[in-house]
Amino acid sequence: MLGIGVIDIISIIFMAGGIFFMVTGAVGLLRLPDFYTRLHATGKCDTLGEVLLIAGCMIFQGWSFVSVKLFFLIFFIFMANPVGTHAIMKAAYYTGLKPWKKGEERR
Amino acid sequence: MMKRSTVAIFIVMFVFWVLLSACIKPLQGHYDHIRIVVGIICAAIATSVSRDLLITGKEDMTLRKTLRLLLYIPWELWQIVLANFDVAYRVLHPKMPIDPRIIEFDTTLRSDFALTTLANSITLTPGTITIDVEPERGRFLVHAIASKAADALLVDQTMQKKVAHVYMEEGGGE
Amino acid sequence: MFEMVDVFLVVGVSIAFTILMCLYRAVRGPGVFNQVAAVNVIGTKVIVLLVAIGYIFERPMFVDIALLYAGLNFVGTLVMAKYLERGEICSA
Repeated sequence: MLGIGVIDIISIIFMAGGIFFMVTGAVGLLRLPDFYTRLHATGKCDTLGEVLLIAGCMIFQGWSFVSVKLFFLIFFIFMANPVGTHAIMKAAYYTGLKPWKKGEERR
Repeated sequence: MMKRSTVAIFIVMFVFWVLLSACIKPLQGHYDHIRIVVGIICAAIATSVSRDLLITGKEDMTLRKTLRLLLYIPWELWQIVLANFDVAYRVLHPKMPIDPRIIEFDTTLRSDFALTTLANSITLTPGTITIDVEPERGRFLVHAIASKAADALLVDQTMQKKVAHVYMEEGGGE
Repeated sequence: MFEMVDVFLVVGVSIAFTILMCLYRAVRGPGVFNQVAAVNVIGTKVIVLLVAIGYIFERPMFVDIALLYAGLNFVGTLVMAKYLERGEICSA
């Protein structure tokens, strides 16, 4: 009738969830008042959004060699994003950037 | 002749090559001989170069640890999904209820893998990011975004106990 | 009437929109750390955009390019963080 089946609907749901989390990560990057809190928003929401989106593409593809490459991509992003976030936060802490307490103004 | 772990690393690298380049397709009977030979040569070079980095000589019972790690991952995935709903709520709320602080605590984990797994889990779960780790005392420096998240790490200590159970070290915290 | 390539077009346009939002922080962010974090985020969003474009043009080659760019982005962020912390990349 519409040209799409049940598997396509599941993959569309996954991709919609992924886009929602990626937009939330970008909004958090703009809205939060301090460097450390901005890394909270991007390090968590961004990673999960991408994992969900690529999982949606994997479900759409089915069993083939392209799905295996997409699975490696998911695994790599899952391991590499928190490590990058931690590295840049450690560099900022040891160069003396002060964290934001409640009640101060935005930076 | 060669140690067992070297052969294991070589097999893992060759399987990775086969999956990426699609040179063996047993269902269609298609064997790309040139790519198989190139794959064996490249896997051998990569194994000989990175062997000292990956084998530290401090591991035993790695098979049981790997199985326990595979059981730990679904629990962690569920925690990550819950965590991101919490962060999304805090970001999209019009009043933005955050109250950030920096906390510090000790654990009894000492091996590299256990410290890395715990640091990654802390970074991916609700409201906390690891800033620094000291390997001698197992001391973690953590930035928390709300008091509820900080209490889950300091008071409950469920995550430290589960990681200590996976890597078979005693205890989990102070 | 309504095919899967339309879904991938919507996904690609949404990701491009979020990249534009992050660009504001990369230009404006007070201090260098905000800018480095924003560039890292833009890099990871570009990886996903490459996969989506691969599905729009129906060429499976783009997944390999995305895998390579993921590695490059990760190494670039680590090198920047190490330089900002110590003032040098390798002590020779």
